[in-house]
Amino acid sequence: MATREQEIQIAEKRELTTGTEQLHEGPVFQPAVDIFEKPDSITIVADMPGVKPDELTIDLRNDVLTIRGPVQSPEGEPETAVLREFSWGNFFRQFTLAETIDQAKIEARLSDGVLRLELPKVEKAKPRQIVVKTA
Amino acid sequence: MFIRRVWPARSFSRAGWLDPLQLRRDMDRLFDVLWPGETGAPGVFPAMNVTRDGDRYYVRAELPGVQTADIQIAVERNKLTVTGKREIHEEGNGVSYHRRERSGGTFSRSLTLPDELNAAAVEASYKDGVLTIVLPKAEAAKAREIKVKAG
Repeated sequence: MATREQEIQIAEKRELTTGTEQLHEGPVFQPAVDIFEKPDSITIVADMPGVKPDELTIDLRNDVLTIRGPVQSPEGEPETAVLREFSWGNFFRQFTLAETIDQAKIEARLSDGVLRLELPKVEKAKPRQIVVKTA
Repeated sequence: MFIRRVWPARSFSRAGWLDPLQLRRDMDRLFDVLWPGETGAPGVFPAMNVTRDGDRYYVRAELPGVQTADIQIAVERNKLTVTGKREIHEEGNGVSYHRRERSGGTFSRSLTLPDELNAAAVEASYKDGVLTIVLPKAEAAKAREIKVKAG
């Protein structure tokens, strides 16, 4: 198991600015993701710090996968800001899946702010050969 | 949303140009209103938010997927240093990547706070990928009420 052993470069959180209006206040961010594919499954790994496992929602319909993770600012009432380098905000990202996914077998695990989503592909129906009969 | 007017409306100069220095001042003022506290583009990973209440500073950073054993925190006088590493494992052979946005590696970040800190009383916690460090001020740095004696 090799690790990419270099210094981590800072990347600003990507704020989502779509035409769709948000009904809740505050910024919405796109989680950074790794997506990889094996012959029988697709895996999505997403960084969603601050999201509690029981508040994460994953939704798949019409080939569109939606992951949504609410984040509340952990700053308490008497605290005042001294330095602010990033904003707290909800995570939201959508993917359109080309493969057919076996919805019943989707597995999701969120630990330490990292979501790992396993999406098993549906076994392709075997191609059926149709013989054209000649009269 | 309630929008406060931050700066007065200003007409263009006669030549029709915006004064770049004025524009710069306006932008700075806008940033001050939107993000109170010192706002600096974060230069070093991880980005940190610092808040304070009466006797404590709170430093928070987003560090998803980091083992707590891989985070080291040091406090000396008024300086906080956080170092560590974030491991991202390769998925092995036979996988093809579509996206690779997450980055792993080492990090080291120092922060100088306005007050001297009580290093022995610093506490750190890690939950849902967010690191929180609570740093009490040193006794000497705490605000003290001084009573004026009559006499």
